[in-house]
Amino acid sequence: MQEKFIEVKQLYKTFWNKKQAVGVLKGIDLEVEKGEIFGIVGFSGAGKSTLVRCINRLEEPDSGTVRIGDSLISSLGKNELNEQRRKIGMIFQQFNLFDSMTVAQNIAYPLKLTKTPKEETEARVDEMLELVGLREKKNAYPGELSGGQKQRVGIARALANRPDVLLSDEATSALDPQTTLSVLDLLKEINKKLGLTIILITHELEVIKYACHRMAVMESGKLLEQGTVKDIFESPKCETARNFISVYDRFRSDHWQEETE
Amino acid sequence: MSLYKYSFWEVLKHCFSAEVWERVLPAIGETMYMVAISSVFVLIFGILLGLVLVLTSKEGLMPCKPVNTVLGAVINCFRSLPQVIIIIVMLPVARALVGKSYGSNACIISLVASCVPLFARLVESSLLELDKGKIEAAKAMGSGNLRILFTIMVPETLPSLIRAFTNAVVIVISMTALAGSFGAGGIGYIAVTYGYTRYQHDLLFATILVLIVIVQAVQIVGDTISKLILKKRHLI
Repeated sequence: MQEKFIEVKQLYKTFWNKKQAVGVLKGIDLEVEKGEIFGIVGFSGAGKSTLVRCINRLEEPDSGTVRIGDSLISSLGKNELNEQRRKIGMIFQQFNLFDSMTVAQNIAYPLKLTKTPKEETEARVDEMLELVGLREKKNAYPGELSGGQKQRVGIARALANRPDVLLSDEATSALDPQTTLSVLDLLKEINKKLGLTIILITHELEVIKYACHRMAVMESGKLLEQGTVKDIFESPKCETARNFISVYDRFRSDHWQEETE
Repeated sequence: MSLYKYSFWEVLKHCFSAEVWERVLPAIGETMYMVAISSVFVLIFGILLGLVLVLTSKEGLMPCKPVNTVLGAVINCFRSLPQVIIIIVMLPVARALVGKSYGSNACIISLVASCVPLFARLVESSLLELDKGKIEAAKAMGSGNLRILFTIMVPETLPSLIRAFTNAVVIVISMTALAGSFGAGGIGYIAVTYGYTRYQHDLLFATILVLIVIVQAVQIVGDTISKLILKKRHLI
């Protein structure tokens, strides 16, 4: 067994909507090993996005702990949290690139936060552009890029500070299937090359099957099932997992629409 | 030349005469002076207050309800007063600050008092349009609040801020003309004293032309800069 690199214990989070409590996370326990790609799948509104945002505290959990490596994220002060966040990369569904900066400046932004010297920053930006295959777009603005290219810049920016963890919040959900595949290939490649631990949130089961080592199924703020992707595909234990797999299978069934008359 | 004695065309022609412009030109200078100084103050204080409003709002980076509520209420108070009343109210303040309650400098005080709250609200709405995801991305990278403010929020919304400032300057110009009737001098003074009181409609026409040209120029410059930035970023 490898070491438990990320450990989430009894995480609770409630949103208040007009004085009505909407429980989003109801006691999440999660362990992710170092160097694996861990997928969390769930239908919309299951709370998976909130869970991943609690890991770097974009969302403050009500109770429970989050630990990454040696640092207890959930009990850090503001400045220490900012320092820790520099070691946690994050990519988003809408990419969230800064339109006022070129690709190179976007990638250099996190390096400025760690006060990286100028020469090193330049070298790192080039290295990252090489990694994501966008060398020729160095001085382009995000507005000129396609969705897939934007996400590659997002990945380069997230990796610039050589983080230990990459959080992916529906990073492929806004991309077409072909681009999704190429972005997933890139994630797999950097996972192998850099030994990066990746937590990947998605509502597409095929994304998990393609890219992840282990997975968890989430519904209504609870993790119903965790295990290797293979195990869950072969013998799903919870209803939600069976549901997901049956949808997945139906899309791949040999049923053809009959021709109209 | 009054419209009561001469035809419209005669008056219109005469408004381009040297005699008229002898009076109008120095007034343009005064107006420009007031507009320029006021605009600088409006820019600085408007941006500052607008930023504070956004920062301290409930969804902001540093939520602080008391500051937000009080500042919002004060801004609304100033916004609810018509410009004439602000000018009157600011007369004693101007006397205390610049020594007299008339003249260009006194006028600048009331211009600033009236237009800063307006521009602050425009800045606020520009900044609120910014996609929250970008702020979150910066937060997730470990960026501090002030850094997010000045390296993300302001540059990202710059084209919209420039448009807002253009609008504010146009309003400053129109208010300068109004302040002219309260002894501020400038174009407004010419329009009121000659055009209204003495029926010298050629002078009135000249002031109208000048105001249209100035406002047009300001609008074109603002729009062009804003568009150039958007083009550079390939957003249009």
